[in-house]
Amino acid sequence: MRAMTSAAIQVTGVHRVFTRKKDQVVALDDVDLTVGAGEFVSLIGPSGCGKSTLLRLVADLDAPTSGSIQVFGKPARQARLDQDYGIAFQQAGLLPWRTVSGNIELPLALHGYPKADRRSRAAELLELVGLSDFAQHHPDQLSGGMQQRVAIARALAERPRLLLMDEPFGALDEMTRERMQNELVRICAETGAAVLFVTHSIPEAVFLSDRVVVMSPRPGRIVDVVAVQAGGLGPSQDRTDAVRDAESFFHSVARVRELLHGAPAPGARGVEAR
Amino acid sequence: MSALSGQSARDVRARLPITDARAMSVVAPVVFGAALLGLWQLAVVALDIDAYVVPAPSDIWSELAANHATILDGALSTGRNALLGMLAGALVGVLAAVLSSAVRVIDQMAVPVVAALSVVPIVALAPVLYTLYGAAVDTARILVAALSVTIPVYLNTLRGLRQVSAVHRDLMTAYAAGPLQVARSVTLPTATPYVFTGLRIASSLAVISALIAEYFGGPIGGLGKSITSAASSSNYPLAYAYVVGAIGLGLAFYVVTLLVELWFSRHRST
Amino acid sequence: MTGSTTLTRRVRQLCLGLLGVLLLAALWDLYKAFGPEAGVTVGEQTLVLPRTTDLAMPHTWEMLQRLTEPVTSARDAPSALSAVLDASGFTLGIAARGWLIGVVVGLVLALLMSRFRTAESALLPWVVLSQTVPLIAIAPLVRRWGSALSFGGFEWTSEHSVSVIAAYLAFFPVAVGALRGLKSPDRTHVDLMTAYGVGWWRSLVSLRLPSSVPFLLPALRLSAASAVIGTVVAEVSISLRGGIGRMVVEFAQSAGGDPAKAWAPIFGAVLVGLVAAGAVGLLGLALRPFALTEPVR
Ligand SMILES: Nc1ncnc2c1ncn2[C@@H]1O[C@H](COP(=O)(O)OP(=O)(O)OP(=O)(O)O)[C@@H](O)[C@H]1O
Ligand SMILES: [Mg+2]
Repeated sequence: MRAMTSAAIQVTGVHRVFTRKKDQVVALDDVDLTVGAGEFVSLIGPSGCGKSTLLRLVADLDAPTSGSIQVFGKPARQARLDQDYGIAFQQAGLLPWRTVSGNIELPLALHGYPKADRRSRAAELLELVGLSDFAQHHPDQLSGGMQQRVAIARALAERPRLLLMDEPFGALDEMTRERMQNELVRICAETGAAVLFVTHSIPEAVFLSDRVVVMSPRPGRIVDVVAVQAGGLGPSQDRTDAVRDAESFFHSVARVRELLHGAPAPGARGVEAR
Repeated sequence: MSALSGQSARDVRARLPITDARAMSVVAPVVFGAALLGLWQLAVVALDIDAYVVPAPSDIWSELAANHATILDGALSTGRNALLGMLAGALVGVLAAVLSSAVRVIDQMAVPVVAALSVVPIVALAPVLYTLYGAAVDTARILVAALSVTIPVYLNTLRGLRQVSAVHRDLMTAYAAGPLQVARSVTLPTATPYVFTGLRIASSLAVISALIAEYFGGPIGGLGKSITSAASSSNYPLAYAYVVGAIGLGLAFYVVTLLVELWFSRHRST
Repeated sequence: MTGSTTLTRRVRQLCLGLLGVLLLAALWDLYKAFGPEAGVTVGEQTLVLPRTTDLAMPHTWEMLQRLTEPVTSARDAPSALSAVLDASGFTLGIAARGWLIGVVVGLVLALLMSRFRTAESALLPWVVLSQTVPLIAIAPLVRRWGSALSFGGFEWTSEHSVSVIAAYLAFFPVAVGALRGLKSPDRTHVDLMTAYGVGWWRSLVSLRLPSSVPFLLPALRLSAASAVIGTVVAEVSISLRGGIGRMVVEFAQSAGGDPAKAWAPIFGAVLVGLVAAGAVGLLGLALRPFALTEPVR
């Protein structure tokens, strides 16, 4: 791992408890996580284990019940106000009344960039996600996968040093998905951005990440962290399709799967996590 | 192979009903309407029904043709009141809804007044409005139209302002957007189609209200006055010709607002 | 949420609502006190705010006070309040009958239109068009047709005419709302029913009717308000005495010397409307178990 002065994300002792009527759901229980600058970290785990909750806490869309979250050495709230991250949700969340280009320009417009800069940046990003021909279309004229690509372009608009992505490829077909994964590797290599990436796909997590964080539900905890890069796949920025056939790729996939499926009985889980 | 042919067969079937439905949705109502008119004409002629009970469509038509200029004048006069009322009512409705959605207390304070206004027959207010404004001006009629528009627009806009999806709200938070920015880029655009839904619902109501308000007094010249005066001089075909004018006016308002509504919701099906 | 917080919320809402009404009344009286006598004119001669003379604009308390005074100068005249209440009851009764007819007609139309596509495309435009016909046009027509009707011991009265006209307005929200509701089930649920080999009636009862309830409730409420409006307007159109509609006209004629009196039947109209909507709301409570979700639009 690289040496770093200030980590991109530093999560320490975070709890998040949702109280609804009389029920209490412990979405996150004592979670510690560090994502270095330029590092790609994936969160994986069964539904309801708190992946989205953790991501939303980092984005300051929600506040922890206890514990602290630092983004680039400052509180998450300050990082959000300083626009230190770009974010993409599971739903594309495009504004249906804006054109594709208008959607990508949205964050730039909100933050006062001049019109000409917005235009050229949007064109650049559309080129990147391969949708140049659709700049003046509206989202309802695009397929789900295309919409998702627009959402990713929008997340990249301000060249953030940190990308937060919640199952961004969940709605894509397998072929588009692999293409988008390659694109994301390339984008990260170009921008040097750190990424916190939520996914349900083990191969996707392994292919993209420097480290894969495996979580378990009720209460949401980190089971273990699989160091993919250290496992022999090399830094996440250098991955190509060839990696998908590498021995160490399968090795890491097997390791993550083992952690997900082969976890000991629930009673012992807490013990294993320590 | 068989899967392929099955696929193309499905394509054909999927395409056909659409053109079918398009044709049906024009042909069916026209046929139904024509049949209704034909039956009506037949009944009046065959049963020798007095024009006092109901005039034949042909008689109404000839009155319509003979008096189209005065009917148009009446429609313009009533239509002007309805239009002014609709614009005023829409403006007040939207502003009030924005206020209510921004300040909860105002929303709660408005509840009884809105409830009362939404159940009271607005035209029943016409007499007191004539007393307030005097019977010499059109203001009372415009106000009746405006009041009947305000409530549907207010309620629909308020609902629209609360329809902002969670993703969009999160997105705006993530962008650290200020309240005005959120309103301009997300809340208002989300609510716009709802505003026009309210307007569409209220459009023919505005016409009818303006027209019925004429029945309670005020200056002459509108369709409502003309209907009553033609009926009281026992010229029933003429009265019905004015009614046809009123229906045309209401329909015009409805169609225009419907088109505007469709225009503003054209990209909403994501 | 515990019971007590719900209670405080209710009380708070009640107080704020009361405050809203008082605020409106205060605004009215403030304008009356300080507004110009001839009203406020914009542009050349468009009067936008009313005249404030005592003859044109009564004080709010005069409106309330007038309710307690006798209706007419006749010696045994009842108080205006009791006259208004009587008229309200009369109007409410007619409106209820009109509402019932309207609901039945609306439901039948909706079922027909949801069963046959052709029926929908043939009827729906006319259903919409029907609401652009001014009531004053059809009111005399209904009365004339009705009076030609008499069979057995049944005698057609003006009250029946008014009910029918009320139904003419009341059926519309039900027809449109119920149609939307009946067509609201997801494609997947409909497919599921088809896969089970369930016939139209069974799928109507077990799928379409329950899922139409959330659409039906607001439609029924709307239709109750429409029935009241239709009743009041029809009472005026065919000069039926005894109800709020006729009272509005009669009291307005005495507005020259007694402006507060004209407001009395308006309070009655609001009352009738609120009672009607409230009654339908109670009906909604009974159907609540089905109304799991409010419709999006
Ligand atoms: N706003 C909320 N209110 C109440 N409970 C919530 C809320 N958000 C999440 N939870 C609960 O917290 C737990 C974790 O939810 P979260 O959405 O983070 O899971 P997830 O890992 O993202 O699942 P998925 O893979 O299905 O997206 C769940 O049990 C969920 O019910
Ligand atoms: Mg999630």
